Amino acid sequence: MSETTKALDAQVAADAAAAEEARPSRLRQLVATPIMATLAFLAVLLLAFSILAPGKFGTTSNLTLLAQNVAILTVASVGTTFVIATAGIDLSIPSGIILGEVFAAQALMMISAGDGKAIDVPADQTRAGYVLAALAGALVAGLVIGAVNGVLVAYMRIPPMLATLGTLGAGLGVALLIRKGVNVATYALNPVATGTLIPGVPGLTNLVLIGLIVVVIGYVALHHSVFGRHTLAIGSSEEAARRVGLRVERHLLKVYVLGGLANGFAGFLSLAYFSTTSVGGHTTDNLQAITAVALGGTSLFGGVATILGTLIGVWIPAVLQNGFIIIGVNPYWQMIAVGIVLVLAVWSDQLRRRSQNRR
Amino acid sequence: MDREDEFMATPAHPETPLLSLRGVTKSFGAVDVLKGVDLDAWSGKVTALVGDNGAGKSTLIKGIAGIYGFDGGTYTFEGQPAQVASPKQANDLGIEVVYQDLALCDNLDVVANMFLGREALSGGTLDEATMEQRANETLKGLSVRTLKSVRQNISSLSGGQRQTVAIARAVLWNSKLVILDEPTAALGVAQTEQVLNLVRRLADNGLAVILISHNMNDVMQVADNVAALYLGQMAAQVSTAQLDRARIVELITSGRSGDIGLSAKEVAL
Ligand SMILES: Nc1ncnc2c1ncn2[C@@H]1O[C@H](COP(=O)(O)OP(=O)(O)OP(=O)(O)O)[C@@H](O)[C@H]1O
Ligand SMILES: [Mg+2]
Repeated sequence: MSETTKALDAQVAADAAAAEEARPSRLRQLVATPIMATLAFLAVLLLAFSILAPGKFGTTSNLTLLAQNVAILTVASVGTTFVIATAGIDLSIPSGIILGEVFAAQALMMISAGDGKAIDVPADQTRAGYVLAALAGALVAGLVIGAVNGVLVAYMRIPPMLATLGTLGAGLGVALLIRKGVNVATYALNPVATGTLIPGVPGLTNLVLIGLIVVVIGYVALHHSVFGRHTLAIGSSEEAARRVGLRVERHLLKVYVLGGLANGFAGFLSLAYFSTTSVGGHTTDNLQAITAVALGGTSLFGGVATILGTLIGVWIPAVLQNGFIIIGVNPYWQMIAVGIVLVLAVWSDQLRRRSQNRR
Repeated sequence: MDREDEFMATPAHPETPLLSLRGVTKSFGAVDVLKGVDLDAWSGKVTALVGDNGAGKSTLIKGIAGIYGFDGGTYTFEGQPAQVASPKQANDLGIEVVYQDLALCDNLDVVANMFLGREALSGGTLDEATMEQRANETLKGLSVRTLKSVRQNISSLSGGQRQTVAIARAVLWNSKLVILDEPTAALGVAQTEQVLNLVRRLADNGLAVILISHNMNDVMQVADNVAALYLGQMAAQVSTAQLDRARIVELITSGRSGDIGLSAKEVAL
């Protein structure tokens, strides 16, 4: 008996040592966290471009422009962070955005305003009712495409990549059919994007404010709510989630609906900002969003996700693009740089996982 | 049926059982897997459920846990007839099962795993402080010393530590009966010792424990009584004091050992 006790104590000591090992110093822990590494990288980029292009890159107007440019992608990326957290993927982001634009525009076309329709009113004559109708249209579009994705993935067990590839094509086709291939312009939603609800803060246009609000909501939902906890659990182990009684299929459906809603909302913002639908556009938004999420440290294998990482991940490609143009480097280099950074980020994630798994 | 009377005359423990099954049957199509099984489990006692591969041990505990219902027989819990048709109903009674493959979320920490599906909330958001505190209390109550931090991810834990987390999760919910399906099967000597100590403490804390094991050392070390299944029939459920390794092995392999077990006629069935 004393021998077994001895062996037991040895094991206890070994486990305690292993636990100690798994808890490195604060600083090393911070650097080892993917989000800190990417944040540091972004900071270096911002600093480098500010030094290389004094008075041009670091100005309020340029940074505001940058923030405006990333806001719409941020909204879609926050939504897709949840999808990727379940070890899923959403390639249908472009069709969600474009259908969002188109449904919003169709809604404006159905509302009469004065002699004409709401879609034709100038920005200064728009009304909250028009904006809400357009918003409802965009969200319906997102809801539908998200629900179709969810049913295909969760209940029909179609691999997410193929399910959303299907809805990507089908959704774009529906948008083209509705618009007969022709875009429509509207200024009715402009104040949503360009106005300043909170005046006095430089750079804080409504579009940027909305992007920030979406990030905060996404942050709380992913990291501090039961919904987010279950999302990560399902991404980590579907079987474990099922055993404790989580309704995995229903939850996956909700996650894809959330992703669809984010895309539809991004479409609404896009229509507001660019004043036109873009049925031929947004084609690489899915790849940009997935890049941002992966750069930020969310694992494509599911179970590990960070909203703040996604926010940083959206900024890195945008800063590279903008900075290269300003300092006179051919912006095509941006594509190469983003490609390299992305592969490095995913590679370091792999290394981290391997070193973490004791079993 | 005189076999049953014989057992009633010499129960493994004098107290009223927490769980009592009488004559439960289960068939899958034409295959009769459980052929009228009796089983008792007492609060504060470890009941070892032994039997050869295919004897029906897993089928029996899945029936207890409500994964599926038994086809026939009676299910009595705390002296009351119980209807257990779903895992949820079993949980509500205070029955928790730790399956052999554990099924924990590797990317989540110990606290998140222990509370998965039953998270504590405050103001609509996760109440991490409360959950962490209760996880620590539960582990402390089980004298678990091997976990440095409940904020460690499961992926960084050893097999024994994972088993510990799974067991701690099972006792977190005011459970009365904890069923463990081969908890030491994948563990080394020291970790097996650790988990067996934990199993013993569960019983000492007043829980009823059913332990499935193929390891006679484990059974002799930790069990108060042994229930031996033989081809879907309960060969015997007797106090460990009346048995030794050789007799348990005999019960497992032939359904009888000396004066305990099935009659020759029943074995032939
Ligand atoms: N769902 C099922 N359908 C058909 N037969 C089944 C089913 N589940 C179990 N069985 C059969 O019931 C018998 C008992 O199986 P069970 O898994 O309960 O055995 P066990 O005692 O747990 O064995 P082991 O020690 O190998 O785990 C086996 O012959 C098995 O093939
Ligand atoms: Mg089994």
